[in-house]
This record gives sequence, C-alpha cells and structure tokens, in this order.
Amino acid sequence: MTDTTLTKPPAPAPDEPDPFDRDDLPAPPGATGALLRSLLSAHRARVAVAALVLLVKEAAVQAGPLLVAYAIDRGVPAFRAGDHGPVVAVALGYLLCAVLSGLLQYVFVRGAARVNQDVLLDLRGRIFRHAQVLSVDFHERYTSGRLISRSTTDVESLRELLSEGLQELIGVVLSFLSITLVLLWLDLGIGAVATASFVPLCLLVQLYRRRAGRVYGERSTAIAGVIVKFAETMNGIRPVRAFRREKANDAEFDALNRRHERSNGDALLEMARYVVGSRLVANTAVAGMCLWGAYRVAEGSLELGVLAAAVLYMRRLYDPIDRLGMFLNSYESAAASLTKIAGLLAQEPGVPETTTPRELPHREGAPGREVVFDEVRFAYRTGGEVLPTFDLRIPAGQTVAVVGATGAGKSTLAKLLARFYDPTEGRVLLDGVDLRDLTTPDLRRGIVMVTQEAFLFSGTVAENIAIGRPDATREQIEEAARAIGAHDFIRNLPDGYDTDVRKRGGRISAGQRQLVAFARALLADPAVLILDEATSSLDVPGERAVQQAMDTVLKGRTAVVVAHRLSTVEVADRVLVMESGRIVEDGPPSALVTGDGHYAGLHRAWRDSLVG
Amino acid sequence: MPENPLPPANPADPANPANPVDPVDPVSAPDRSAVRVLLRLWPYVRPVRGRLFTAAFVAIVASCLSLVIPLVLKWLVDGPVADRDPGGVWLGALYLLLLGIAEAVLFGFRRWLVARPLAGVEARMRSDLYGRLQRLPIAFHDRWASGQLLSRGTTDLMLVRMFLAFPLTFLLVNGVTILAGYVLLLSQDWSLGLVLLTPVLPLVVVCSLFEGRYGRVARRAQDQVGDLTTVVEESVLGIRIVKGFGRHRSQARAFRELSERLHGTELLKARLLAMIWAVITVVPELAIGAALVLGTVQVADGDLSAGTLVAFLSTALALRWPVESIGFLLAMSQEAATATERYFEVMDAEEEPDTAAPEAPRSGGPDGVRFENVVFRYPDAPEDAPPVLDGLDLHIRPGETLALVGGTGSGKTTLTALVPRLHETTGGRILLDGEDIALMDRRRLRSLVSTAFEEPTLFSASVGENVLMGADGTAGEPELRRALAVAQADGFVDRLPEGAATRVGEQGLSLSGGQRQRLALARAVVGRPRFLVLDDPLSALDVHTEARVEAALREVLRGTTALVVAHRPSTVMLADRVALLSGGRIAAVGTHQELLRSSEEYAWLMSGEKERR
Repeated sequence: MTDTTLTKPPAPAPDEPDPFDRDDLPAPPGATGALLRSLLSAHRARVAVAALVLLVKEAAVQAGPLLVAYAIDRGVPAFRAGDHGPVVAVALGYLLCAVLSGLLQYVFVRGAARVNQDVLLDLRGRIFRHAQVLSVDFHERYTSGRLISRSTTDVESLRELLSEGLQELIGVVLSFLSITLVLLWLDLGIGAVATASFVPLCLLVQLYRRRAGRVYGERSTAIAGVIVKFAETMNGIRPVRAFRREKANDAEFDALNRRHERSNGDALLEMARYVVGSRLVANTAVAGMCLWGAYRVAEGSLELGVLAAAVLYMRRLYDPIDRLGMFLNSYESAAASLTKIAGLLAQEPGVPETTTPRELPHREGAPGREVVFDEVRFAYRTGGEVLPTFDLRIPAGQTVAVVGATGAGKSTLAKLLARFYDPTEGRVLLDGVDLRDLTTPDLRRGIVMVTQEAFLFSGTVAENIAIGRPDATREQIEEAARAIGAHDFIRNLPDGYDTDVRKRGGRISAGQRQLVAFARALLADPAVLILDEATSSLDVPGERAVQQAMDTVLKGRTAVVVAHRLSTVEVADRVLVMESGRIVEDGPPSALVTGDGHYAGLHRAWRDSLVG
Repeated sequence: MPENPLPPANPADPANPANPVDPVDPVSAPDRSAVRVLLRLWPYVRPVRGRLFTAAFVAIVASCLSLVIPLVLKWLVDGPVADRDPGGVWLGALYLLLLGIAEAVLFGFRRWLVARPLAGVEARMRSDLYGRLQRLPIAFHDRWASGQLLSRGTTDLMLVRMFLAFPLTFLLVNGVTILAGYVLLLSQDWSLGLVLLTPVLPLVVVCSLFEGRYGRVARRAQDQVGDLTTVVEESVLGIRIVKGFGRHRSQARAFRELSERLHGTELLKARLLAMIWAVITVVPELAIGAALVLGTVQVADGDLSAGTLVAFLSTALALRWPVESIGFLLAMSQEAATATERYFEVMDAEEEPDTAAPEAPRSGGPDGVRFENVVFRYPDAPEDAPPVLDGLDLHIRPGETLALVGGTGSGKTTLTALVPRLHETTGGRILLDGEDIALMDRRRLRSLVSTAFEEPTLFSASVGENVLMGADGTAGEPELRRALAVAQADGFVDRLPEGAATRVGEQGLSLSGGQRQRLALARAVVGRPRFLVLDDPLSALDVHTEARVEAALREVLRGTTALVVAHRPSTVMLADRVALLSGGRIAAVGTHQELLRSSEEYAWLMSGEKERR
C-alpha cells in the first residue's frame, strides 16, 4: 500500500459529491448508445438473419387459420365430390407449417442466443481488460465490489434485454406495422384514428422511459452498494467475528439492501403504471373506433364487413403493447447498466501503452540496468505535490535502500519506477529509454516490483509463483522457491506445490505469502527489482534468506529496496534518506552510519531493537 | 474457484478438477426435484402469500376478461351494427370501454400487488444469507470463494424473484387456461378433443427429461458465474501484483477462458431451450393438423357441422400460446430451482453452535490463560495430515505478556485464532481465568479477548469508528485518543483531511500498511480488554515508530494478560516471557536470554544464524 496520507487529493467539498461515492462515473454524452452499437455492430448480419427467420416463422404460424378456411371452403366440398386432393394438401400444408415453425423457432432461439452470448462475452472481456489497465489508484477508489457489480449484475441486465428483447422488438414492430397498414387499407379513417392513438402511447412510453431510466440507474447503484458491503464483510470475516460486528453489519447491510429493495419495487411499480396507462389508451381507442365506425355504418359511409374486419384487427393492433412494455423494461434496465459500464470504460488509463515502442539496448555481462530519474516532478491529479523536481541516477547493478518516514515519498518513488504512475514532469529512464516508450512485456522484463501485501490468487502454489514467468517449468519454480527458503514449507503442504491456496489445508501465513511473492520475483528475473516494504512479515531467517538471494540469485541486478527494517538495508551499496519528497542523505551505509544524520539515528534505534 | 485464472492455466492439472469449489456436488445430489427445492422458498413467500395468491387470481380474471372482449366485439358487429341500432352501438361501445378499463386496471393491479412484496422477498433472502454468512464458522469461509457466495446473494436471488413474479403465476394461469380449453374442446367434440389429447403424454415425458438436463446445465452456468465473480474480485485485490509483473494480459486471457466456458454453457442451455420450444411448438400443431383433417372429413361426411369445427379449431388455436409458453416457463422455473438449491447450500451449513454457559459466568480468581493439551487440526484437513497443534500446554500468568515465537508455518497464527474461538479446538481445553472457553458464550468471550490480526483490515467507516469497534460501544472520545496515542497513530490521524472522522477502508482513503497496522493495534487496545492477542503487531512500522509504540504499549500490557506473536527480538522485548512453538507443542518457555542460551532453534529464529553457541 502507499504512502498516500499526505498525497491523496483533499476530500471533495461537500457541495461537490464524489462520483465514486455516488457510483456515477461520468461517461461522455452518447457513450451508452455508442457502446451498445459497437457491441452489436459485429453481429449485424446475424441479427438480420434472426429477424428474417422470425419473420418467416410468424408467416408459417399465421398460415394456420388460412389453412382452416381453405379446408372448410374447398376441402369439404371436394372431399364430398370424392376428390381427396385438397384435404391431402391441407394435411401436408399443415404438417409443413408445423414442422417449419418448430424448426425456425429452434434456429431462431439458437441464433439469438449466439448473438446474445457473443455480445456478453465481448462486454465482459472489455470490462475486465479495461479494469486491468486502470491504475491502482482508480481501483482503490472504485472498490472490487463495484467492479463485480459491473461485470455480473449489470451484464445480466443486458443479457435479459438481448435474450428476450430481440424477439419482442421484432414482434412488436412487425405487428404494429402490419396491422396499421391493414387498418389503413381497410378504411383510411379508422386507420388514421389508430395511427393517432400512437401519439398518447408514445408520450406514455417517453414518460415511462424517463422514470424507469432513473429508477434503474438507482437500482444499479444500490445493488453495487450491496455487493461492496458483502464483499468487504466476507474478506474481513475474522475481524468481523473477533470484534462482534455481526449485529452492526446486519443493520448496515439492511439499510443498503432496503435501498435496493425500494428501487427494485419502484421499477416494478413503474411497469405497472405503464401497463395501466397503455391499456387504458388502447382500450379507449378500440371503443372509440367501434363507436365511430358503427355510426359511419349507420350513415352508410362504411361497409359493415369492413367494420367487422377492422374491429377484429383493432383489438390485435394493441396486443403487443404489453410486450412493448416488457421490452422497454429490459431496455431501460440494460441502458442504466450500460451507462455505468460506459462510465467505467470511459476512464482513461493512468499509464497508457505506447504506440511507438522503443527497445531496450542490448547489454553484455551483468543483467542489471541503469535507472535515471530525470527532473521528475510528481503530483497527484488533484494537487498535493509528492516529488518536487527530483534527480537520481542508479548505476546498473547497484542495490539502493530508500528509508524515510511515512509520507516521505519512498513508495511514490518505487511506483514511478515500476510505472504504476507516470511522472507529471520529467522522465524516468531505464538504460536511457523513457519507461513510457516501453511495451508492457519489455517493461516487466526490465522492472518488477514486490509490494507489501502478498496476495495469493486462487490456484496452486506453483501457479502463484509462476506469475513471475508464465512459461516456467516446475524445476524453475522449485528452484526459485528453494532460493528464497520457501521450498520446505511448500513441500510440507498437503499437496506440495499443487496445493490449492484456497482449499483443503492450504492455509498459508502472511510470512509464507511474502516468501511466495519473493519466489515470484526471483522467477521473473528482472533487470531491476523493487522491493516496496516487502519484508515486513518475514521473520529473521526469512529476511536472511531474502538477503542471501539478493546476494546470489539476484547478483548484478539493480535493486531498489524501500524498507523500514534496516537489516534489509545493511546489504545495500547505497542508502537514500528521503524527507518530503527530497533526498536528504545519500551515501554508502558505512559512511552514513557515523555522524548524526537521519540514517545514523535510525541505525542506532535499530541496533537497540536488536538487543539479544 | 476451480479454474485458475493465472497464466500457467493447465487444464490437465489434477489439483484443479473441472468442477467448482463448492463442497456440495450438485449433479450427484440424488433425485433433485425442482418442485421440492422450490417449496423450500415457502418460509419467505409465506408472509406475502395473500398478495401473491390474490395476484394470481387477478391474473386469471384479467385473462378471462381478455377473452371476453373479442366476444363483445363480435356481438357488437353481429348485433347492433348489423341491425343499425344506435342505442345498441352506444351500449356496446360503453361495455367495451368499461371492460377495457377493468382489464387495464386489473393488469396494473396484479403488478402493483406483487411489486413491493417480491422485492421484499428478494431482500429478505439476501439479508438472511448475509446474516448467516457472518455467523458461519471461519472454516466455512476458508473453503468457499467469496465470488461463489456473492453470486448466490445477487444473480441467484434475482432468478428467484423473477420466478415468483412470472413463471409461478403463469404456470398456474396457463395451466388453468389449458385445462379449461380442453374441457371446452372435449365438450365441443369429444373425438376430436381426444385427438388433441394424444400429444399430452409425450410432451410430459419430453418436458420432464428436458427439466433434468436443463437443470444440470443451468446449475453449471450459475457456478461458472460464481467463478467469474471470484476472478473479477481477485483481479482487483491482486491488482498490484498483476501490474507489478505486467500480467494483465495473461490475467485477461485467463478471464477470457473462464468466460468462454460460461459462454459454452449458456449456448448449451440455449440449445436445450430451443429444442424443447421446438418440440412444444410442433407436436401440438401436428395434433391440430390431424384434428383439422379428421374434422374436415367428418364435416364432409356430415357427421360434424362446419361451425362446430371452426369453433373447435379457433379454441385450439387460442391455446397455442399458453402451451408454447410452458417451455420457457419451465426453463425459468428450473433455473430458479437450481438458484434456490445454491442458496440453501449456504443456508444449510451449520452455524457455530451456541454454547452459552448454563450457569452464570464463574468469577474464578485471576488465573490468566491456560492451554491444556490443546490439539488442533483444520476441519477440512486430510485425515492423515498431522495436527497443526498436537498436545500443546501453556500457561500465561495473569497480567503477564507472553511472546510466542516459532518458525514459519509452525501454527502461531492458528493458536491465536483459538483464543477468541475463531476456530474450535479439536482436543484439549483453553481456560481464561479458570473458565473453559468452549463453554462460554462467544460474544462474551470475544468481549474479553481483543485481537490485532496479522493483516490489519480496516472497514469502510471513519477512523474513529474503526478503532472504537474494539470497545463494544462503551468507549468514547477520551478512550479513542488514548488508544490512538498508544499506537502512535494520533499524529497521522490528526493530519488526515477530517481527522478521526476521515473515512478509510475499501470505500475510503487508503492508508499505508504501517498506518493500518497502527489503527488495528489501537482497535485492539481501545476497550482495555482483560486478554489481548497481538499477531506480529509491529511488523510494518519503522524503527523509530516501533520504539515509541513499544514504550506506550508496555503501559497497556501491564494491566492485561497478553499473547504476542513475535518475529523479531524487538517485539519479544515487549514480553515478560517467551514460548517457543515447535512441532505443534511448546518446546520451551523462558526469558529471551534464557532461550537464546538454551534453544538452538530459538537462537536461529531470532538471529538468523545457524552456528552453535
């Protein structure tokens, strides 16, 4: 973790709510629609085919009544006349239609599902990949819970829209269009009334969309809040138990859960309102059209037969308004979720990947590389300067220890070198190449950082070490573990290197995790190794093993060690003492120990702490 | 998390079986009937049953109204309009309007009836799950990936709510409609009606086959969503490692692999759904076709009137949608059933049994902490593995501070977890002032014992709230200041934007490791606990701060009985005596100097030097 106390932006003024707190990251206007379009654009052809299939299928279904009419009008008299042809034709026709509609139904469901799932796969991948390139800083504020919410519940909303939406939308559009046309063809007047009734319906839809959009936005925020709390509790279950937080947590969770319940209920109620409103408009229009039509029949300006047909169609005209409602419902829900996702995707990565990469110069001999901070100034985006113009040259192969109080800028130095951030001004150079000009793989072959928190991913111990070098063989993995003194404890785990760190007996202490983290770094075998307070949980033998590894396996590498434990510092060629973002002492430990500088003071205190 | 999201994803790895982490194997559960599983929802549905049943009834009435409206239209056309009867037209239009209004209101009413209650059911189930998870043994959490738990609390519960809102009602409504339709069909022409009955049996068979298969696949999809959730969570929790090693590409690739697996499962689900839907579409249509042909022949033979045939077939066609809808209604029900199953897997897990002492707490004289022949083995450890603690005896005298030293993985942290009963001992007893902790109420025990964990977790709350958590609401501002001073945290806390009111934790300012550790220490001491357990409490502090914290901590330790896990001589200095943990037992107890002389292992742990003294 970072020395962020003094460097984090000041809390936003109360009248300016933090978009992170409100879970409402700004997306550029139109980003939501653009996202949906870009997700679907690759599947345009398949959507068209699916629509066509649905169209043909509807036709096959609609053929049923026609066949009934044909059977009665033609089949019966022909059969009486001894001609079985028409009846056979009906039988075959019906068989054909039945099989065709079933088959097309099958094709459509599968085709639509393919589009749907491809889009979701694409979206999940985009969210994940984008989140991975966003800065550590961003994640500290966004929290894992929100990201989980984006990639599960919000993606789920889109799934609902896509799985039913397409069918519904096509069905709705088809039947509105076809029936309106039929009505207009039957009678221009009645058709016009029917068309006119779309005006209030559209207004209703507008109103519903506005309100539902708001409610669904709120719901998505609410469920994210629930997830954040949930995840936090599960990850901190030990202190929760030890400090008897259960009841207090129940209450807090309840409040968040209630907020979600309320917006969930609100969403369902909005739908109820829309259903009532649209049905009222539709049924009133039907009654009105009937009345008007009846009068015109009485007047003689309308044929009775036309009215009869029109009346039957009128009712069917409004059949799809419920389905339209369901479509709008899932659309608004998905739109609200997509807005949140678009907000996330609109976040600029703090350290963009270069488009014009440069290669590191080839080096003969020792694997270490030279590091130069060239007039680097660093300030967090919203102020709070951490490194005022900073110059530093670390020759290849040198081990540099950085000490200083919390907030002195040690971790910032480490993070700039690891390119977790880019400097506000100036350059950080690795063998003369600006870090910003290196591709990620080149950068990581060059520089690797081990941090204080030694997180283990799900999977086996071996896999966790292999993060350092994905293509490493088992021998190399074990060798790295052996070099850091982790081999013995790993071998004693239930399944040795294949022990799943989250499963049976795979409990691994903080110290052991740090050893695994070191093994990772050894395996990565970088030119420059950064240790950011990476030894805090190690016991003395563990520390010794690390020092030994640095003396042997990592010999010749450039190393930057941020440490508060001076035992790690002792092996350094050079010590930097930092204060308020400046280097106040610089020299070999043996030189700094004498006199009454900062380092000498630290060293004395440390000596005292070692009383043995 | 079965599938490792990390680079060397090796599908053939025997340690990574293809099935999810869930200890329950879903597929092998004997004869899981969806109905029986769904019935388990009853306790949650019970409070809202009135509204739910009313809503179903309203839905039936509304559906009937929808059937009546076309009849009125027909009557209007055949009667008043044909007769050119203006009064009748007015009346008909009025009826139509009234029916229309009634229909609209009923439709809305049904939705209004269930809107709040259903959201309530979902929320109650989620609250219960959360409450339950907070109270399940730590061993349970060790076993379950949090993504699996989360997905149960979110997407699974949404499926359950959707089931209650839709399939539950419409399986009923459509069932009633189909039944009524059949009665109508049989009464119109029983022989043709029988023809239409023929597909019922094969459809029932096909549906039940489908249900079983679909349920299994749905279950797999839900488990995979849980796995995916875990990967997303870990990708954030481990973001520094991913970035430090430049592994976001391989991480993304691993994520992609997992989501592709989900993609495959979802497509399989779609294929099953498409199949059943097609069958349910085709088979009844074939029967209708047969009825049409037979009917036509009968009409031709004069056995049947054309009008009856038309009426019969239009009734049959009207039943098409209710029949077809059964396919996806069943699918949704099946998904809800597997979601319910997943939910109850957690809810059925045994909570920590409550063991409140039957008699009033014994006020035995101060005796400190006694470990008597304590044996501990993790409940999920393999049978043949040696216990972590194997017959451990230790006495911490009242008021004494004892340092616990031991090699990496010797069980020091495990031992500290036994005192507040985060884990239960497998054998032996732990006594606090003579009282067996196994017989104490956990809340009381945990109010007596305060712990600072190895990993200083802060919650999303203010600094003050985070510290005062340690004091059961009895402490106020003065205690907070004192605790912050002990942990040497007052200085940096005062420099925070809003002092002790600054929000920290996941949803707040992130502090450095040393700062978090000091707050965790303040939290442990704020309530002036009788017993204090500190797990390597000073590891992340720099030398100066460490010295200052030690000085202040000594004052606190004087009035309490404490167990301090120590990795370094500086921490050992806090203690009156030191115990060396080795091989699951206490190998030696004494002062630092004594042990340095007498124990080779201790000397090695403290100095890192192997040579003999």
